Amino acid sequence: MKTTVHGGSDAPVLALDNIHKAFGGVVAVEDFSLELRAGEIVALVGDNGAGKSTLVKMISGVHAPSSGTIRLDGEAVSFSDASVARAHGIEVVYQDLALADQQPVYMNMFLGRETVRGPLNLLDRKAMMRETQALVDELDVRIPSAKAIIRDLSGGQRQGVAIARATHWARKLILLDEPTAALGVAETAKVEDIVRTLRERNIAILIISHSLDQVFRLSDRICVLRRGIQIGVRETAKTDKNEIVSMITGVG
Amino acid sequence: MDWLRSARQTFDLQQYVVYLGFLAIFLFFAITLSDDGFLTTRNLSNIVLQTAPATIMAIGFVFVLSAGEIDLSFGSIVAVSALSGAVVMQDYPMVAGIAAGLGVGLAIGWFNGFLVAYLRLPSFLVTLATLGLFAGVARSMTDLRSIPVINDAFTGFFGSGSLFGIPSLILWTIGAVVVGHVVYRETRFGAHVIATGDNAGAAQVSGIKVPRIRLAVLMISGGCAGLAGLLYAGRLQAARYTLGESDLMTVIAAVIVGGTALNGGKGSVIGALVGSLLMGMLNNGLILMGLSVSDQMIVRGLIILIAVAISLRDPAR
Ligand SMILES: Nc1ncnc2c1ncn2[C@@H]1O[C@H](COP(=O)(O)OP(=O)(O)OP(=O)(O)O)[C@@H](O)[C@H]1O
Ligand SMILES: [Mg+2]
Repeated sequence: MKTTVHGGSDAPVLALDNIHKAFGGVVAVEDFSLELRAGEIVALVGDNGAGKSTLVKMISGVHAPSSGTIRLDGEAVSFSDASVARAHGIEVVYQDLALADQQPVYMNMFLGRETVRGPLNLLDRKAMMRETQALVDELDVRIPSAKAIIRDLSGGQRQGVAIARATHWARKLILLDEPTAALGVAETAKVEDIVRTLRERNIAILIISHSLDQVFRLSDRICVLRRGIQIGVRETAKTDKNEIVSMITGVG
Repeated sequence: MDWLRSARQTFDLQQYVVYLGFLAIFLFFAITLSDDGFLTTRNLSNIVLQTAPATIMAIGFVFVLSAGEIDLSFGSIVAVSALSGAVVMQDYPMVAGIAAGLGVGLAIGWFNGFLVAYLRLPSFLVTLATLGLFAGVARSMTDLRSIPVINDAFTGFFGSGSLFGIPSLILWTIGAVVVGHVVYRETRFGAHVIATGDNAGAAQVSGIKVPRIRLAVLMISGGCAGLAGLLYAGRLQAARYTLGESDLMTVIAAVIVGGTALNGGKGSVIGALVGSLLMGMLNNGLILMGLSVSDQMIVRGLIILIAVAISLRDPAR
């Protein structure tokens, strides 16, 4: 076991206990349990439709679990919607729910928590642009400007914006659902660097990826899902690709 | 040629179509109708006075469209609100009439909004149904009779009055445009309306209460229609079931020409004002040109078609 010092309490940042989710009659996730500690990267792998995105959406409050408990810092929580999870310092890069396409980068960066000023609480666009520019410069996301409209950006640039937003606001936990699926080699490496910086900030990270190379490069532990069933969790240093592949496919 | 490319990027033709169109039509009438009194102060201010109710409905419509919904029912809300205000003022003071008119507008907007936001019925069908429903209510309320409004304070406040020499209808227009523009462009609420219409899923996961936004925009539209009803009642000194009946096409055209996207996520209150003035000017000019009513309808339809086609053309496609 890896030993890390945690600020004050020893409770994991995120603890999932026997999470179960069914959509109507379709069971998407069955009896899932996992703990994430601060500064730890856990990879979630599994074939298409295994239930990975569903799990992420339960943690972020988009879907309510059918049964089971979610604990943050040891405290049981139930998120009525995504804003509650956000208030707890959880950020998500979703696979399918990304950005408001017709809006500029800076408005997306601040979507739902816009900066306001003055007695009338009017939008402070200048401040939002300035902060956005500083952030994308720092993370080396190459976009024309903070004012650029999302629709005019490439797929990789858009993903860069979504990741920049999540890293900017995350305090505790970040969920990345296939963050590099649309990216080129250089951009992928950049995202992996960002993930490592997040770990240094002592943020817990759950990353979903279909690239086992990436999973082995980044993660401390690997959790395998197959058709909604949790097959097992392995420490990355003590397993290999063959084992993970056979866990994913159920063959061998 | 870098400057050319960047100029193309920053100069969004669609955004300016309404202003160019306004200018072109204005110049056309100013020249061809120079002997028919088009350019007189009286005629020009008449145009603004006549478009006041439509402009206010258009502002509500900008919010609804921007949130990715539609409201087809505002025409009948205008009539029901105006009639309610007029009926109440037969026995009660002006304040009660105003409260009745606005209250009815907001209530119908709430009804639309509740069905759309919480039962997730498509706004197109909901408001098409309530358009018919409340057109019927307006007709049966007073058995097709028109109700005179003899309250001088009211007709001054909403119709013939003025402040510092500026007609009240113009003040209402300015006030509604300023408030509408600031709320739409400069507040978090406005940003959330636009984000909801752009990508409701992304808005939802960003913590925006999407159902509340949908309810709010339909209530804004209902409230604006209620205010438009009061303005009609004030100006005409009477309320009638036909009020607002013919405004649907004008308002939709004004808003679309003014740069608001039909499918949400983008809009402009100032654009809607200019679009509404453009429609009013068109009406006025065609009448002054001496066109028959049927010819006016044909020309107006064609011009709206052209304007909408230009403003909806997406250069990226
Ligand atoms: N909103 C929903 N309503 C009904 N069924 C759903 C819903 N979301 C997901 N499912 C179902 O749940 C199962 C798991 O889907 P999920 O999106 O979690 O898979 P995934 O592991 O993320 O797959 P991928 O690798 O393709 O992204 C699938 O069978 C899917 O059809
Ligand atoms: Mg997925």
